[in-house]
Amino acid sequence: MTEILRSGLLQRALLEVVVLGAACGALGVWLLHLRHAYAAESLAHAMLPGLVLAALAGVPLVLGATGGVIVAAALIALAARDTRVGAEVAVAVTVTTAFALGAVLALSPAVPARLGELLFGDLLGATSGDIATACGLAVAIAALLAFGYRPLTLAVFDPVAAPSLGVRPARVELALLALLAVAMVAAVQGLGNLLVFALLVAPAAAALRLGGCVGGQLLWGAALGAGAGVVGIVASAELDTAAGASVALAAVAMFVVAALARPGPSSGFGGARRSPLAALGARR
Amino acid sequence: MSALEVRGLSASYGTGPAVLRDVTFSALAGQAVAVLGPNGGGKTTLFRALLGELAPTSGTVAIAGDLAYVPQTERARLDFPVGALDVALMGAYARTPWYRRIGATDRRRALDALGRVGLEDRARERFGALSGGQRQRVLIARALVRDARVLLLDEPFAGVDRASERAMVDMLDDLRADGRVLLIATHDIEQARRWDRVLCLRGQQIAYGAPAQALTTSVLEQTYGAEIVVLEDGRRAVAVQHHDHAHQ
Repeated sequence: MTEILRSGLLQRALLEVVVLGAACGALGVWLLHLRHAYAAESLAHAMLPGLVLAALAGVPLVLGATGGVIVAAALIALAARDTRVGAEVAVAVTVTTAFALGAVLALSPAVPARLGELLFGDLLGATSGDIATACGLAVAIAALLAFGYRPLTLAVFDPVAAPSLGVRPARVELALLALLAVAMVAAVQGLGNLLVFALLVAPAAAALRLGGCVGGQLLWGAALGAGAGVVGIVASAELDTAAGASVALAAVAMFVVAALARPGPSSGFGGARRSPLAALGARR
Repeated sequence: MSALEVRGLSASYGTGPAVLRDVTFSALAGQAVAVLGPNGGGKTTLFRALLGELAPTSGTVAIAGDLAYVPQTERARLDFPVGALDVALMGAYARTPWYRRIGATDRRRALDALGRVGLEDRARERFGALSGGQRQRVLIARALVRDARVLLLDEPFAGVDRASERAMVDMLDDLRADGRVLLIATHDIEQARRWDRVLCLRGQQIAYGAPAQALTTSVLEQTYGAEIVVLEDGRRAVAVQHHDHAHQ
């Protein structure tokens, strides 16, 4: 512990991951309620070519992530319009293509950053700029989730009647996905293309078990996300393991503990809407 | 003067063919209208057109006051952690600016509305933990918080047990006494006979009028086609129900 407090590197990593963890943990609660976990994971992976291209061109990775998310979202939307294909197949094909493309690009000798850093993140390399970005993101997410509480509630709880109560669920979902894209762009450099998803889903999945109302779930999500960051960074310093991966494992461990403590059905999973697992099984 | 007046209404989804044609009816304040028809017959389309979610391809709709939609309760997400009072308060969302909290007046109104549907003692209970009939009443309370003058009820008796059904009918009578107009989509022909008017739909309007006049054997056969079995005296008819339908 003393090592962590003395090391400026670790202090910055800790600050970055706590802020990102809190923001992603709260955002993830709505993501799970809207049953968009699959879309979130897909979007994260599909931005890899953007990251690699940014590394190739020597521009900030944030720019590459932004471009990658926009292109991926557009491709998914385009592919999903073909009703013969269907949304889930469209997502799967787009993501695999993008990810493979990213890996091919990343193996070219001209890429300065290692592929590993793009995939698994570089928390210990967090700069003051990264931390400022993370803080800005956290404030934006907190504000939007506070003011968006009512439309989000209607979009999740009662999408059929929502328009008659002044809320268009499709717009609300789109806004949340846009916010999600911003969160991933901000977090991907620290946590990596493969692991950023863990902070969005695992603390939120635990929060859904622990919170009795949506407000409580949001607080639990933020607390567990931040907690996973602390536990992960401390563990990685003590055990000399990879920082991003340790944070991801800590987040998942929290979900396992929560699931064991509250074995009842979680409110985010198992429904009929847009669950890829349900889609694999028989139609209802 | 009519509280609800629909003239020559036709509607379609996107640029597709009309799924509902030539609907003309009016209802006075305090009247309950059963909307009867087979699945895909246009009940949902009519509601969506009245709500303004679907632009009519022709015709006009005139409504005195606000309109509220009361969905089937199983269309709501029962695993979502909201209480009965939270759901009733949703009726105040549309009139509350996004930067404001829900006001004390609306909280009182929501509690009153829950009282009117006999659920004041369940205000804190989780919506998903209530029975089907209780959930339906909470959704009606939400429409009351909205202070809607016209309520569109989508199969309000589906999944409701007999005892709750009687309580619900009393409650709907109570709303009629307020001068509210109720449009009640239903599959149940016996149920439809209970209300002031019946509107029979099958892609177009088959009949509109008092149940005794509108619900003739010939009208029912036109409405349901081969799906209907009319029993001996012509007074009782049973619709063969298909519940694997998907609403648009």
